[in-house]
Amino acid sequence: MHPVTTVHYLALSAALLLIGTVGVLTRRNIVVILMSIELILNAVNINLIAFSHAWHNVGGQVFAIFVITDAVAEAAVGLGILIALFRNKETVQADEIDLLKW
Amino acid sequence: MNFLDLIWLIPLFPLAGAVLMLLVGKLLDPQPPSDVAVAPGVGQSGACAPHANHAHHHPGPLQNLIRLICPGMVLVSFIFSAGAVWQLAHLPNRLHQVIQFTWIAAMPFHMANGHIATFQVDWGFLLDPLSSVMILVVTGVGFLIHVYATGYMAHDNGFYRFFGYFNLFIFFMLMLVLANNYTLLFVGWEGVGLCSYLLIGFYFHKKSAADAGKKAFIVNRVGDAGFVLGMLLMLSVLGTVRFTDVNAALRSGQFPVEAGYGVLTAMALLMFFGATGKSAQVPLYVWLPDAMEGPTPVSALIHAATMVTAGVYMVARSSALFELTPVAGMWVAGIGAFTAIFAATIALVQNDIKRVLAYSTVSQLGYMFLALGVGAYWVAIFHLFTHAFFKALLFLGSGSVIHAMSGEQDMRYMGALKKKIPVTHWTMWVGSVAIAGIPGLAGFFSKDEILWQAFSSPKGSTVLWLVGIVTAAMTAFYMWRLMNMTFYGQSRVKPEVAAHVHESPAVMTWPLIALAAGSVLGGWLGVPKLWTIFGGAFRLFPRWLAPMFALAGSETEHPASTEWSLMILSVAVAAGGISLAYYLYSKRADIPDRILARFRPLHTVLYNKWYVDEIYDFLFVNGLGKGGGSAMAEFDRTIVDGGVNGAGWLTRTSATLSMWWDTWIVDGAVRFTSFSVKLLSYPACLLESGRVQTYALFMLVGLLAFLGYYVAR
Repeated sequence: MHPVTTVHYLALSAALLLIGTVGVLTRRNIVVILMSIELILNAVNINLIAFSHAWHNVGGQVFAIFVITDAVAEAAVGLGILIALFRNKETVQADEIDLLKW
Repeated sequence: MNFLDLIWLIPLFPLAGAVLMLLVGKLLDPQPPSDVAVAPGVGQSGACAPHANHAHHHPGPLQNLIRLICPGMVLVSFIFSAGAVWQLAHLPNRLHQVIQFTWIAAMPFHMANGHIATFQVDWGFLLDPLSSVMILVVTGVGFLIHVYATGYMAHDNGFYRFFGYFNLFIFFMLMLVLANNYTLLFVGWEGVGLCSYLLIGFYFHKKSAADAGKKAFIVNRVGDAGFVLGMLLMLSVLGTVRFTDVNAALRSGQFPVEAGYGVLTAMALLMFFGATGKSAQVPLYVWLPDAMEGPTPVSALIHAATMVTAGVYMVARSSALFELTPVAGMWVAGIGAFTAIFAATIALVQNDIKRVLAYSTVSQLGYMFLALGVGAYWVAIFHLFTHAFFKALLFLGSGSVIHAMSGEQDMRYMGALKKKIPVTHWTMWVGSVAIAGIPGLAGFFSKDEILWQAFSSPKGSTVLWLVGIVTAAMTAFYMWRLMNMTFYGQSRVKPEVAAHVHESPAVMTWPLIALAAGSVLGGWLGVPKLWTIFGGAFRLFPRWLAPMFALAGSETEHPASTEWSLMILSVAVAAGGISLAYYLYSKRADIPDRILARFRPLHTVLYNKWYVDEIYDFLFVNGLGKGGGSAMAEFDRTIVDGGVNGAGWLTRTSATLSMWWDTWIVDGAVRFTSFSVKLLSYPACLLESGRVQTYALFMLVGLLAFLGYYVAR
């Protein structure tokens, strides 16, 4: 039975980051994009917790709690923008919102 | 009360009346709703006003206020004038000057000789023997004519307007004669011209009246130009326009002699030219006969008694100047004599009663200038004085006749009116005897004195006397032709008019009687020197004016027998004229027609006033005016407009070129720059899709590129 090491955590974190990044770039639904951003943030959190555990430094855990708080705020703002956007454009598809160009 | 220091008030009374009438007069004298529709005299002659709209316009009760105020103001002026003259007589030097304030402040200027002088004009009044005669005539005769007009104009629309203008005229006339300098005199001079214009055109809806007003105004402007030039020349040579200073300078010789007597002659002639305009002398007399379009009281006051004598007054006022320039004096005498006989020939054949009197006025004014020209200034003023009485009387009498005849002015439709309008007849009889020159009445004394001076004065000559005596014969003839055609002989009155013939109301006849009294008594102030049985009181007039004309030449010595014989001759000539007129027009009314048939061309020329109006029309109105106008128009079209159009064309062409350059070269460069930028930027635009995820992908790729570079290094 192999013990769970820091590398395992890092591998999970990298996987989550990759999934989140691909999700942000490829998915059209903005709700899903927001969820993908949450995945990226959680990948960071796992990273912070893993190193905090490895080096017995509590700063990483504190930082993770900040990131979670930040994520909540970001989600709230993002969903607010999304609702306002839907009311105006009646769509939540990111590729249909392309007015900001030359 | 010290009237002498109150002389500035004299003109202000009529001014107050005029202001009151012209501002609120309409309230006192309500007008019928349509002023023009029921206006008097349309389609008939102007003076028929009293009856033309009798049925339409009944004066309101407040109109009586106007009857009180306007003549009253003139009467107050007369009382103040009389008081001032009475006190003046007690001054040792008989000269009183009141300077109210400086009207035009001192302005330095270079005189003709290079010296610096200051141009300063007072608002000042000068009372001396000359102006005292004038103010008494203006206010005295003016008052009587005002009273007469309250009756004559009673049924006219614009009663208040008439009296407003009338009072305004008295104001300006008093300013003219009371001014202490030429510039202020000119204010009155122009003011009376304005009032003359307004009153000639009183029936302004009648074209002939409006035209006559314009003619009077324009012809007077021609003369005024001469007066203004003379005044400026005087300023430039003498450096002052105040009468006392001018006279003192000229009499003492204290003026730049290098200016030369030619300049003084020019000055005198220019001023005299102004006088020919105002006083209706050849060549500018043409406006006066046409001025008869105005109401008859206007003809009496303005165009016989007062305004037209302004020129005589002005020349007499400048006597010092005319004394120094014998050439100018010669011209004045010549023009005066020519005008006298010229106008008299026209008066011989006119049929309009007012026109005869108008030409008679021109002729009598000619006499006055004849007297001025030969240096007999007091005689000219004396004739002015007596003429004011008898000519005002004759005009008012003719107005009364016209009133009685329901507006008829043509003497061919009168005759045998003596019984029907006795007061008018007897007063006019007195006036006609007076003007004809029968001893005992005013006209004889002044006219005989003029003839004697024309004969005996150093500047006079037999020719001038001869012209004068022939004119005297004609005067007697045409006046008695008028009397005979109007009052005696067979009645030729149209039947529809005959029924209405009636004597004028008392308010019109009393002024006639007063003026008739003046026409009898006025002359006794200046009886001939030879009539030694009369005391000095009968030569009050020459003694009164003597200080004014100190320099005026004394007559050369002639035996008394010469003067007696000339006097008897002039009386004989007058009596002959009267008898001939009586014989031809009352006794043998068939003869005039035969004479007329014999001398048809001469009659036509005279009847048409020597065609002077036509000649002026040809020469000035059409020739210089319209011909010059079309030449000017041609010049304007080709030269001035050509220049303007050429400049326009040049501007347009250069603008077209400029526009081409702007469009193709300047704009081309700008547009080429923008086009090339646009072209080059096109690929970059393609990157900018507006899709957030694409941008995020670019960011990721960039990030990875930097990471890769960092790791690989």
